[in-house]
This record gives sequence, structure tokens and C-alpha cells, in this order.
Amino acid sequence: MRSDRVFNLILRSLAVAIIAGFLGLTWFLWKSALPTLKVAGAGFVWSQAWDPVANEFGALPFLWGTVVSSLLALCFSAPVSIGAALFLTDIASKKIRSPIAFLIEMLAAIPSVVYGIWGIFVLAPFVREYIHPMLNGHLGFLPFFVGPPFGLGMLTAAMVLAVMITPTITSVCREVFRSVPDPLREAAIGLGATRWETIRLAVLKTSISGIFAAMVLGLGRALGETMAVTMVIGNRPEISLSLFKPAATMASVIANEYAEAQGDSHMSALAAIGLVLLLVSSIVNIAARWIIKRTESKTHV
Amino acid sequence: MSDTLRLPRIQRRRHFKSMVANGIIMIFAGMAILPLIMVFSYITSSGLPSLNLDFFVKLPAPAGETGGGMANAIAGSVLMVVMSGVMAIPPGLLCGLYIAEFPRQKLAGALRFVIDLMTGVPSIVIGLFAYATLVVPLGGFNAFAGSAALAIIMLPVVSRTTEEILRLIPSQLREAGLALGLPRWKVLLRLIMRAGRSAIATGVFLAIARASGETAPLLFTSFNNQYWSSSLSEPVASLPVQIYTYAISPYEEWHRLAWAGSLVLVSVVFTINLMSRVLLKRSSN
Repeated sequence: MRSDRVFNLILRSLAVAIIAGFLGLTWFLWKSALPTLKVAGAGFVWSQAWDPVANEFGALPFLWGTVVSSLLALCFSAPVSIGAALFLTDIASKKIRSPIAFLIEMLAAIPSVVYGIWGIFVLAPFVREYIHPMLNGHLGFLPFFVGPPFGLGMLTAAMVLAVMITPTITSVCREVFRSVPDPLREAAIGLGATRWETIRLAVLKTSISGIFAAMVLGLGRALGETMAVTMVIGNRPEISLSLFKPAATMASVIANEYAEAQGDSHMSALAAIGLVLLLVSSIVNIAARWIIKRTESKTHV
Repeated sequence: MSDTLRLPRIQRRRHFKSMVANGIIMIFAGMAILPLIMVFSYITSSGLPSLNLDFFVKLPAPAGETGGGMANAIAGSVLMVVMSGVMAIPPGLLCGLYIAEFPRQKLAGALRFVIDLMTGVPSIVIGLFAYATLVVPLGGFNAFAGSAALAIIMLPVVSRTTEEILRLIPSQLREAGLALGLPRWKVLLRLIMRAGRSAIATGVFLAIARASGETAPLLFTSFNNQYWSSSLSEPVASLPVQIYTYAISPYEEWHRLAWAGSLVLVSVVFTINLMSRVLLKRSSN
């Protein structure tokens, strides 16, 4: 029918417009990053200097901050999220399942800036008053725990990030555990397994790649998270092993400096950091989707 | 297991281990919801005392003075979210429809991949996109660029939920419509989209909630404004950016307003979330 052809044409042109639009936006970003990349080349990613006044730009401190804060957040969040997901699928009674799942989902609804203000006024003082004296006082000889008691720094940022990625990891893990066929659980129980043995043998063992995918997806979320991190990480482009020292991430430096950037070279350097961030988070997200797709096709066959 | 029955030691150890593991899992589940309770109780207890009529009807007071509100920021947020909704929802719905209903067309596959990519783009990078395309050419920070940035965030969310919902609608419905001699577009728009109406509306609501809380893409697109803006080509205040500005300021009075703003923002976002859930439940019953 002619009307159908017109309708399909509309949809196809919309699709072309969206794809072209996305490519166009990426191209614009590439164009604004180009001056920096031309001057510094690939060395931009490995250079440690960041001094806008002296026109020195290197992305390494921010790359470091992003990767370390995200991985730390993942370490904090993964066990909690997996545990919460197991609780929802295998331990909780039917009655309390959905209210608890609802509460965890609500964590994802809280805007990033609200986590940020909570981080500044609640979590940072807590880190300063309790966690810093404890770790720095007793284990201060380790390079991870040296540093000033600011409260704002890598550890606080990782803690806020951990809270923010928990709902993502929990909900993906929950789907994964739910897709484990019940006969597997029944078989384990039938063999006399205790509840934990059932979980370990029937649920966790069959879900390893799904759990991995959930963690990669959570990592992807953490890498691009901006506001909350900007507000609590302290924003100093330094590479340090210490958890208590201020640091900066790729997202936080853009948020902090872009609106007030002086001069084209500074703006271009920030755009280049944006480009690196886009690249890293896209790769991580595509990887997560690929793993999920692979596990899905495996379990369904 | 009754105590009179003495289990062999290994059995007792297994049951003990299971109990410990159960306990740990329960503690983890508690730890997952603890932050929600903490965040919510802190913003309520710190925000509520500062929340009064002034907050909703007054402009921000200059630094150092007491009082003032966020009227312009609330209005700015509403304006930009509505504009971004107008820009993002119709194409988002159609993209989801196209991906779900024409899976054999190569273009649909490509669109799906791009939408997936867009979902993963950090919101701050979307701000950079909007800056390069709408702030630089228009000669300064403006409300339109902010709305466009929010629209880029909403579009993939709307498209993906639409796609997921449409996949769940039984194909008999399509076949029945086509068998009646209806053109395909009528089947899709009048039957299929209508069948998924309330579930799709849920997705749209969630996208709106998400856009209302976004800060990063507005920092250097719509920027901020201490006064009312009179045109879309001016910088405009928004609730999230105002909260951010006040939270990192050194003034006690501004912190107070930032907490009040957070309370308002979270209440709005939670209400939208709850509403969409109720809607979904009512429709599935």
C-alpha cells in the first residue's frame, strides 16, 4: 500500500537522521579536540602535566582518577549487589521481595547532584572523623592510607559511586539469577544441599558470566558519572596511591573547568578528554552488552 | 532440625556455614537499601525546615543575605524539561517502533546499535555535544541548548522502553489487524502502540524523571541565571544546577537552600516514579 511506503520512508529517514546526528555530534567533539591532539598526539593520553596557565595538557591524571575511583566503587558495590540480588531471588519470602526491590530501584532514581550534596555534608565528614583516623592511625605506613584528613578525596568519591551503581548491578544480577532454571535448584535440594550450597552450586556457578556482565555494566555507569564525583573528589589532577588525597576524573575536570575555560587550547584539551571518556565508556558498554548477549544465547539454546 | 537429633559433625558444620552465608546475604541486602534511607532522611530533615513559600516564589538572594528562593530555577527546569520532552518523545517512540517492528531491515539494526551507544554516553559528554553545536553558533549559553542536551538523554530511554514493550505484544494482534485489510501503519499506530500505551507511558515518565535531575549537561549549555530569563537564547537557571552551585558555595544560607532544593527535586522525581508504577500496575491488572 502506498501509505505504508510513506510510513516506512518516514521511519527510515528518522533512523538515518538519528544515526547521522549521533555521528555528527561525535565529529563535532572530534573537531574541537583536534587542536590538542595535533599538538600532543597520542602522548596526550600519557602526559601527566595539567597546567592550563602554562598551556600544558595531559590526560593521564584524569584517566587514573576515573579508572581508580570506578574500580574501587566496583569492589565496594559488587559483593553488596550480588548479595542483595541473591536475597531477592533465593532467600526473601515472596511478600518482602517486591518492596525491597522497589527500594533498591529508587536508589537509581535519586539525581546525581543530590548524592553529591549528601556526599559533601554527610559522607565526607564521616570519612574525616571516623574512617581517616582509623585507617591512617593504624595503617598509615601503607601508601594507600597516607594523606590529609580532608574528607574529600578518592575514597569518598568511590563510596558515593558505589552507592550509585548498586541498583544497576543488583537488577542485572537479579535477572541473571532469576533465569537460572528452578529444576537446577530443586536438584541440589534433592541431593540434600543446604540453602547456601544450593545457592553456590545451582545459582552462582551457572551465573558467573552474567555476574561479570553486570559488573562491567556497573563499571560503565561509574566511569561517566559526573556530578556526585565532582562534588566530593576534591578536584586535583594528581596521581597518587593514597585514598585520602584529592584527585580528579575525566568527567569532573570537564564539569569544573569547561564553563570557565580561558582560551581555545584549554577548551580543546577538555574536549579531547571528553573524547577519551566517550571512547572508554562506549567500549565498556559495548563489552557488557556483548557478554550479556552471549550468555543469553547460551542459556536459551 | 531438632536439637535432640545429634547430627554428625560434618552435617552440623554444613548447616552452620549455610546459616552464616544466609546472614551475610541478608546483611548485604540491608546495606544496599541503607543509603536510600540515609539520603532520604538527611534531605528531609535538613531540607524541610528551609522549605517555605519564599522558596517557591522568590528569586535567589545575593550572597550573604538571608532569605530568597529558587522560583526562577524551578520555572527554568520545568521549561527545559517540557521542551526536551517535546523534542525527544515523538522521535523516541517512533525509533522504538521502528526497531521493534522492522527487525529485518538493516537500518533498524544500525539504529538499535546507535541508540545503545547513546544510552552509554556520559551526560557530561552530551553537554560537550550541545556546547559545540548550539552554544558556540548561537553566541552564548542558552536555554535551548540545555533542552536539546536533555532531549539527547531522553531519546534513547524512550526508544528502548518502547522497543521492549512492543516486543511483548502478541503477534496475533498484528496479524488480526492486517487480515482486516488495515494498512501496516494503521495497525502499528492504532493497534500496537495503543495496546502498549500505558507501559510505554511508564517509560516516558521515567525518562522525564531522569531528565529533571540531570545537572552535568546543563552546566555549560543553559548555564545559570540569578534572575528571570526572558528568552530562550539567554542563560536560564535550573533546579539541579542551582543546587550544585549552592552546595559548593561557602555560605551557610545557600547550603540551607540547596538542601531545600534537593528535597523538592527528590520529591518530584519520586512522585513521577511512583505515578508511573501505579499506572503500570493498573494497566497490567
